[in-house]
Amino acid sequence: MKPLYPIGARVTVSDRETTGHMRTPTYIRGKTGMIERRCGSFRNPETLAYGGNGMPEQPLYRVRFLQHDIWTNYLGPPQDTVDIEIYQHWLERTV
Amino acid sequence: MPHDHPHGPVVDPQRLAHYQDMATAVRELLVDKGILTKSQIETKIKEMEDRGPALGARMVARAWIDSDYKARLLTDGSAAAEELGIPVDGTKLIVLENTEEVHNLVVCTLCSCYPRNILGLPPDWYKKRPYRARAVKEPRAILKEFDTIIPNSTSVRVHDSTADMRYLVLPLRPEGTDGWAEEDLTKLVCRDSMIGVRTAKEPREHF
Amino acid sequence: MTRGIHDIGGLSEDPIDPSEHDYALWEKQIDALMVLLSGEKKLLRVDELRRGIESLDIDAYNELSYYERWIASISKILVEKEILSAKELSDRMAEISTRPSNS
Repeated sequence: MKPLYPIGARVTVSDRETTGHMRTPTYIRGKTGMIERRCGSFRNPETLAYGGNGMPEQPLYRVRFLQHDIWTNYLGPPQDTVDIEIYQHWLERTV
Repeated sequence: MPHDHPHGPVVDPQRLAHYQDMATAVRELLVDKGILTKSQIETKIKEMEDRGPALGARMVARAWIDSDYKARLLTDGSAAAEELGIPVDGTKLIVLENTEEVHNLVVCTLCSCYPRNILGLPPDWYKKRPYRARAVKEPRAILKEFDTIIPNSTSVRVHDSTADMRYLVLPLRPEGTDGWAEEDLTKLVCRDSMIGVRTAKEPREHF
Repeated sequence: MTRGIHDIGGLSEDPIDPSEHDYALWEKQIDALMVLLSGEKKLLRVDELRRGIESLDIDAYNELSYYERWIASISKILVEKEILSAKELSDRMAEISTRPSNS
């Protein structure tokens, strides 16, 4: 599967309801950040966790978020960030 | 720093015995079925015991002295580890450089992902709730609990190891170490500085 | 949104307890077991281990120690995959509990 998002693209993490094993933490869902790098493609942990083969591989990105965009009461300076690895099927391009 | 609560969990000996017996049973059954051997388990234990912060410290000290190595380290951490004879066994290592502008901190909020093949097994606090839950939300408060103060002019960048990458922080080289031998520099690189909760040791702290 | 019990980013205000313990042999054995099973033996995936831990009840998740959670998950998944049976596991555990303690 080809990676869709270039470095620097603004993306929003889906806030869809889910069950089962996922590696997209709740605190980042619905938040908007920027693609920091492409990490390659990897088998999907959501199905690997239940004995599946994890295919097709999903492109994985590191996405950078401003802390002030994640937490309403973040106490540090405006340029503090969180970088987190997120699979492509959790991301949507945002203008 | 003072705490009101007792350190460490209260261990229920019966519960502990139950899980230890479970571990023994699983091991023995797998050996009985020919799936593993005792020797394979012992070998794996030894392999993990051979890994520890000293390996990461070598990579850091080399990067401090050799700017070409540092460039390679920051481009491909796994290849740079292998270059020093540190086997990474498939770990995809990203090395994060601390600078005057950026201080890096590593956490795995969902479990305990850690660059084990380089640093060995993680410390207890890294795997427990307070660190995992707070490092993403209040990293500067966490750093302060480790006696690390980062000025507001330096941004703090937290890395949550949610998927296939593993992270090692390249701490800032301490002042007053010009001309030091690489071997001596490794002694300033503590494990906690490669997680990002501390800076590397100052010369006067060590000697 | 319901969260997994492990999905705790942002959810604590407790101070860090910096104390550390030396890993006991039984813990290293569990760790080695997992490395073997997920590595060369290809019988259990890290993702399955994590899923097994995440499916513990919340009290177990919060009270069990790290490697207690691991072995609870490993045994659950091995039984699920029919590599071990629940009966042989419980029989062996019962027999082990009657052995004189090792020093």
